[in-house]
Amino acid sequence: MGMTITQKILAAHCGRDEVEAGEDAVEPGEIVMCDVDLALGNDITAPIAIEEFRKAGGTRVWDPAKVALVPDHFAPNKDVRSAEQCKFMREFAREQDVGYYWEQSEMGIEHVLLPEEGCIAPGELVIGADSHTCTYGALGAFSTGVGSTDLAGVLLSGQIWLRVPETIQLVYRGERRRWVSGKDLILYTIGRIGVDGARYMAMEFTGPAIDALEMSDRFTMSNMAIEAGGKNGIFHVDDKTRAYLDAIPLDRELRVFESDADAAYARTVEFDVGEIEPQVALPFSPGNVRGVSEITKEVPIDQTVIGSCTNGRIEDLRVAAEVMKGKHIAKWTRCIILPGSHHVYRQALNEGLLGVFLDAGAAISAPTCGPCIGGHMGVLAEGERCVSTTNRNFVGRMGHPKSEVYLASPATAAASAIAGKVCGPDEVV
Amino acid sequence: MKGKAHKFGDNVDTDMIIPARWLVTTDPAEMAAHAFEDVQPGWPETVVEGDILVAGNNFGCGSSREHAPIALKAAGIACVIAASFARIFYRNSFNIGLPVLESAEASGDIGAGDVVEIDASTGAITNHTKGRSYQSKPLPPFMRELVSAGGLLAYLAKTRK
Repeated sequence: MGMTITQKILAAHCGRDEVEAGEDAVEPGEIVMCDVDLALGNDITAPIAIEEFRKAGGTRVWDPAKVALVPDHFAPNKDVRSAEQCKFMREFAREQDVGYYWEQSEMGIEHVLLPEEGCIAPGELVIGADSHTCTYGALGAFSTGVGSTDLAGVLLSGQIWLRVPETIQLVYRGERRRWVSGKDLILYTIGRIGVDGARYMAMEFTGPAIDALEMSDRFTMSNMAIEAGGKNGIFHVDDKTRAYLDAIPLDRELRVFESDADAAYARTVEFDVGEIEPQVALPFSPGNVRGVSEITKEVPIDQTVIGSCTNGRIEDLRVAAEVMKGKHIAKWTRCIILPGSHHVYRQALNEGLLGVFLDAGAAISAPTCGPCIGGHMGVLAEGERCVSTTNRNFVGRMGHPKSEVYLASPATAAASAIAGKVCGPDEVV
Repeated sequence: MKGKAHKFGDNVDTDMIIPARWLVTTDPAEMAAHAFEDVQPGWPETVVEGDILVAGNNFGCGSSREHAPIALKAAGIACVIAASFARIFYRNSFNIGLPVLESAEASGDIGAGDVVEIDASTGAITNHTKGRSYQSKPLPPFMRELVSAGGLLAYLAKTRK
């Protein structure tokens, strides 16, 4: 029996050295101790990890070059307490001289920033104390989220125990309609399989419609694997992956793994993307998904947020600007643009996108996770509604427990900002 | 372990267990004070040390915040029984020493306020109110090793030397 790409990467990281020759298989359900290529923490998960690391007698992390610490959740600091947490992490980063740490004008949201900075290569194994660490599967890496104590374990030992997951194969065929993006495909997928449809499983995205997707759309899809309960969301390496990595550039050899033709899948689900229109996840679940034309009752909104680790890449801002160009945001509606990193911010500046947003009446924020988690930079009041390109719309996610979040693509969020209500891009452009 | 059951439904997410605005602390007592604040204000005051939380499918989905199991444990919850768990919450609970048991039968049958007893070593669950018992899914041998070592970090300390 062959192996999936996920099985092969895990095998290659737990001492099964002959994996590339088709031997040394790992089986779903098996628990393996794996070597970690990159360990990640942020300003809300790293403080607990650092305390646990010290309590366990840790003095030096196993390999500082393989550690990334990113202040992004409540950074730029939202208040004194978050400032203390950022400071605590910064001092640890400094003391340990970790390989990856960014501040101020060089910062970004971890899952947008790390791939741009060349921290992840195909075939690598990434463990992050953040649930959206699954984002890096877009590069053909195994990447999954854990909690703070697991991160402390990695900082101490450079290893983590993992249960080899079953894989759910998601096959996409057909031509995408105008405005339909990776965000629409992943929302549609979660709507179909449910918020626990891939619980404990690897989600392998494949098929001709996936080959046609740009890297930004693939990052968006991997990012939301966790919203279906997935352990990781993975894509195969192709010319688009290589072009993305060439542009960084990456200074190490790629280890490219592919699923075998006779690999076993727990389940295969097929999609005709031609049938998919722009999608919206209604409150209060990322699985509560409708096509935008199915929302027949008018839903007036107070705010839109365009950006985040899900949709804060330059391609996302380009499409939002395309929708908003020459128009103005509806009266009594707010719009916040969140470039995902300083690279994205600068590129948006150079391409004139920031001017389009300012002319439309949007506010442009420094990269931060703030509004997505109801932290700062756009918290919702009681009864307010927001169309957001983020990844979760749980009760109270962006502020007051009686506020509402509608998840959508950048095109749909931009259109909704212009119209002042939930609507698809076709209504505006 | 013996306590009264607090009942929750399917897909309880970690934002419900502890909203992100309280992730500015590493103090368990402070986290506990805000547990379920947005969905059941005042919930921590209803918990007596040793109570059991019983939930449906996919308990603890969403964010990786370890603050969620820490908040429940510090609020006095001795064990969580669910039909199924989201994977990061499950790992985190083991790592911080909050026993979690998987049993669809117990999850469906136990009602709010039922007095429930747990034998963590065998995974046996007894419902004293209804006079019924249930068996939870056994732990894989590796997980049992983690538990008997005293958690992940103790296990690593033992195996790395």
